[in-house]
Amino acid sequence: MVAIASNQPTDAANPAASPAPPPRKPTGRVGRRSRRGRIDDTPAYKAFQVFNTFALILVVIATLVPFIHVIARSFSSEVAIRTNRVHLLPVDFNIHTYQYVWNNPLFLGSYWNTIRYTVVATFVAMVLTTCYAYVLSKKHLKGRNVLIWVAVFTMFFNGGIVPNFVVINELGLYNTMWAIVLPNAISVFNLLVMKAFFENMPPDLEEAAQVDGLNTYGILLRIVLPLSKAVLATMTLFYSVTFWNSWFPALLYLRDPSLQPVTIFLRNLYAGAVGGESLGADAADLQVSANVQAVTIVLISVPILMVYPFLQKYFVRGVMLGAIKG
Amino acid sequence: MTNVAVTSTTKETSPPVRIKPKKRTWREALRRDWQLYSLAVLPLVFFLLFRYLPMLGNILAFRRRPGGIFGTGEFTLRYFERLLFNDPTFWKVFWNTVILGGLTLVIVFPLPIILALMLNEVRKQAFKRFVQSVSYLPHFFSIVVVVSMIAQFVSLDGLANQVLKALGGDPIPFIQRPEWFRTIFVTSEIWQTVGWGTILYLAALTTIDEDLYEAARIDGAGRWRQTWHVTLPGIRPMMITLLILNIGTFMNVSFEKVLLLVNPLTRETGDVIATYVYRIFTSSPSLQNYATAIGLFEAVIGLVLIASANVIARRTVGTSLW
Repeated sequence: MVAIASNQPTDAANPAASPAPPPRKPTGRVGRRSRRGRIDDTPAYKAFQVFNTFALILVVIATLVPFIHVIARSFSSEVAIRTNRVHLLPVDFNIHTYQYVWNNPLFLGSYWNTIRYTVVATFVAMVLTTCYAYVLSKKHLKGRNVLIWVAVFTMFFNGGIVPNFVVINELGLYNTMWAIVLPNAISVFNLLVMKAFFENMPPDLEEAAQVDGLNTYGILLRIVLPLSKAVLATMTLFYSVTFWNSWFPALLYLRDPSLQPVTIFLRNLYAGAVGGESLGADAADLQVSANVQAVTIVLISVPILMVYPFLQKYFVRGVMLGAIKG
Repeated sequence: MTNVAVTSTTKETSPPVRIKPKKRTWREALRRDWQLYSLAVLPLVFFLLFRYLPMLGNILAFRRRPGGIFGTGEFTLRYFERLLFNDPTFWKVFWNTVILGGLTLVIVFPLPIILALMLNEVRKQAFKRFVQSVSYLPHFFSIVVVVSMIAQFVSLDGLANQVLKALGGDPIPFIQRPEWFRTIFVTSEIWQTVGWGTILYLAALTTIDEDLYEAARIDGAGRWRQTWHVTLPGIRPMMITLLILNIGTFMNVSFEKVLLLVNPLTRETGDVIATYVYRIFTSSPSLQNYATAIGLFEAVIGLVLIASANVIARRTVGTSLW
């Protein structure tokens, strides 16, 4: 999002250009310099370092504890959960719940739907985003600013739930896979990151290809895309994760239980459990549900965890690219 | 053809001195670049159908009866009258939205800055990377997963209640208590977004010129004053940009999360404008126009907020989105 900031070369694009600190009188508290050019740490700073390390370790623990708790639950027996014995380690370790969930046809069907939607939607999104980003990266193009604003304006204003629903309905997409795939095919943020990448490509190769008689499509397919594997991989990951995690469009646009993605499966378990608890339903049923919920959470998250090392590397790079080069 | 070469090479070598290409007419531009324009056709169709057509669809808010976008029918302002003067529920959810958005802005917004500054002071790179990897993790999980994880965590047999009991308290069914809704929402928002939120600040921190620190040191600034006078001004543009964007989404308060988290028992504090729109729209098709009117009202407030935040930021600190 921040990429917009630097459409004009304001100092948003270049924080280093910010005004230097105002000159101050020497306070006489200058630390001695060590040979490496660093000021020797004052006792206060050393104390701060210790505090800082502890605080960050706390951040790590606080982030991980809910995950660990859910994983522990997913491997524990119902009785153990019911009697409040499950904390951070599984009690009465077993994989029955996993087998139970995995053999549930509704779960498997939903899981397969999620895979299907993610693959198709990511493909469509990549094609559209790449095309548009490439067009927007051509600075000489007449009307380029209008084309950019067509995209950027949608970040600040959108139709709202009801008009979106009405449009999907009138286009005949209601209760089809396309209601999930098409309406979110271009994320403007991803578009701007990709545009920034294309803008930073050296123009020489494209010019040479042009001299060799390649047309625009040929240049894009044979020259530009092979050189953009990094950004294409990043964007594919960006989109896959978004579509894998998405649930609200499915809630709104899909009626058929057989079309639902697995996120909706989990949402129904969760809504059922909360609703049941508030209606005072039989406690035993709820515990089974809590158990099943934990397993479903783990099974939805496993693919994300598997790509997480790549995600982290590429996402961070992608976000920085969008933020700084923009 | 040569024009491309000229513009792009000048950009390469000397960004400040740009040779402006000769103004072209549309006819020339189309003849020359029609292949490029053709690549933009499908994306433009996408924006038209799925972004601009729904915007146009807000016309439903002014129609008397439900129907399609291009339907005909009497125009009326009665739904806005109802919204402003005759619907106490609307005003309740309006204030719930403002409170929830305000809490998020005041509590959650500054935290990534603090965490980024803390990470910036870490000397051991391996430890820094480890903390980063862990704290980004929740960002990648589906909101459904996050909310059910929260629900498990604070349920009667969850870890939160076990800790409470160990401290001698009575278990609380947090997820069903209206007085706990805001706490749960803000806490989970912190848990999921703060780590990821540091990325942009860390990126901005790397661009601060080392010489500025050097100069500050020569002037006798200690660590604390360096942070205050060099680091913070260095990331100020990023802070302001993100603040403007946050103000723009202020009324939106992670709608998907609230929708999952709220239940009939917690509506008192948890119901926000977007969930109210969703509820009345799904409860009765005859309320389509009214639901549209509320949604439009919210979207316009959002647009006004971001535009004013932008103007204020440009006038006062000279950084803005556009």
